[in-house]
Amino acid sequence: MVVWQPSGSIATLKQRAEILAVIRAYFSEQNVIEVQTPVRSFATAGDPAIESLGVDDGSFLQTSAEYQMKRLLAAGSPSIYQLGPVFRAGESGRRHAVEFTMVEWYRLGFDDAALMQDVCRLVNRVLGEASFQSVTYRDLVDDADLIARAHTDDAVRDQLDVAFDDALRLLGPGRWFVTDFPARQAALARLRDDDPTVAARFELVIDGLELANGYFELSDADELTNRWLSDNAERKRRGMAVVPADDALLAAMRHGLPDCAGVALGVDRLVMIALGVDSIDEVLAFKHPPG
Amino acid sequence: MLLEGDPCSILENEFVKPGKGQAFNRVRLRNLKTGRVWERTFKSGDTLEGADVQELSMEFLYSDGEFWHFMKTDGSFEQIAAPETAVAGAVNWMKEQDVFQVTLWNEVPLSVSAPNFVELEVTQTDPGLKGDTAQGGTKPATLSTGAIIRVPLFINIGDVLKIDTRSGEYVSRA
Repeated sequence: MVVWQPSGSIATLKQRAEILAVIRAYFSEQNVIEVQTPVRSFATAGDPAIESLGVDDGSFLQTSAEYQMKRLLAAGSPSIYQLGPVFRAGESGRRHAVEFTMVEWYRLGFDDAALMQDVCRLVNRVLGEASFQSVTYRDLVDDADLIARAHTDDAVRDQLDVAFDDALRLLGPGRWFVTDFPARQAALARLRDDDPTVAARFELVIDGLELANGYFELSDADELTNRWLSDNAERKRRGMAVVPADDALLAAMRHGLPDCAGVALGVDRLVMIALGVDSIDEVLAFKHPPG
Repeated sequence: MLLEGDPCSILENEFVKPGKGQAFNRVRLRNLKTGRVWERTFKSGDTLEGADVQELSMEFLYSDGEFWHFMKTDGSFEQIAAPETAVAGAVNWMKEQDVFQVTLWNEVPLSVSAPNFVELEVTQTDPGLKGDTAQGGTKPATLSTGAIIRVPLFINIGDVLKIDTRSGEYVSRA
């Protein structure tokens, strides 16, 4: 039998539309302008934990708008946001879909602490006012030895991810920021001047659901090149395809990325929390095919 | 599937990808031999061996005290003998000629499960009390299988009762 009906109810989709409107109104008030960068690009994420969906012509559906948005910032744009679809191969489950909606924004002159305040304001606007708590990655996982060994060992790194997920489940209900991720998990965040073993990276976790990931952005092109090399070395060790560095992003960073902080927030999950539903399919017009 | 040498069925499989790390699956499995629930994590790409497990409808024939004998209902009249460990969960409700679900692992009976409802005769209970039907009181009654359940006061020896095997409770007179 052909299933043609939506996976989310019409009532849910109306509520989803209201939330999108609240997000856009917030950024409009804050003078953060909306941009639209191509969904398809020849450059893609080098992070070994992210697999892109390729297109026949050799390009990739974007896993996040990050690289292109940073090129806009380097070219002199003010603070910007983007609200639209992103794609990650192989991610499919109760809380995951291969195609999902992300709101990603960059604030000029903000550091991670200022950006966390910004995230609080937006989330409060959508979900209602509530307090936020904060815990460092190190205190949350509470296993300094495991964190230290994960710095150089891929298998231990994978164990650490399980320990991190265990700890997130124990956080229970409430709004939490997890801060100061280990340097190996810096992604595109800068390391802390006063403690280079940790990165100026945070995650927002609400009721056990990871909702947003933010950085005080790395602006050093040489450091970005080094991270690209070590990501590709890890990709090789794990038997994954190597991803060439995004030369346009590197050139833009050499030209100069202004000091800024950026964050990407999963809109479907925010809607799930707002509506109290348990499965991502229930907040999508149509369930995305796995891929 | 086969895990640590035991056949298991998957109850729940959740895809997880915390903190931009490598993806893994949190899986809850029931060990079909012990009935215990296990929680395990598997990395994406891990493979598990399948277990040769089948579930068949079989008619209960008789027990010789050591084994419980069942016959296939597919017309083959093929019989198998299940040990006490396999029938433990259903033995209270097993009446000859009733049909049960028998789970076989490598052709060996692993477990036997009763239908949700069975009909069994009362072999022993105190005499019914007249006029007490509205009180909702209960008394113990022994069934033909030897099981003892709580029944309403008006039930008599020889009555056939409908029983919910999941709760072990009286439902009605059959």
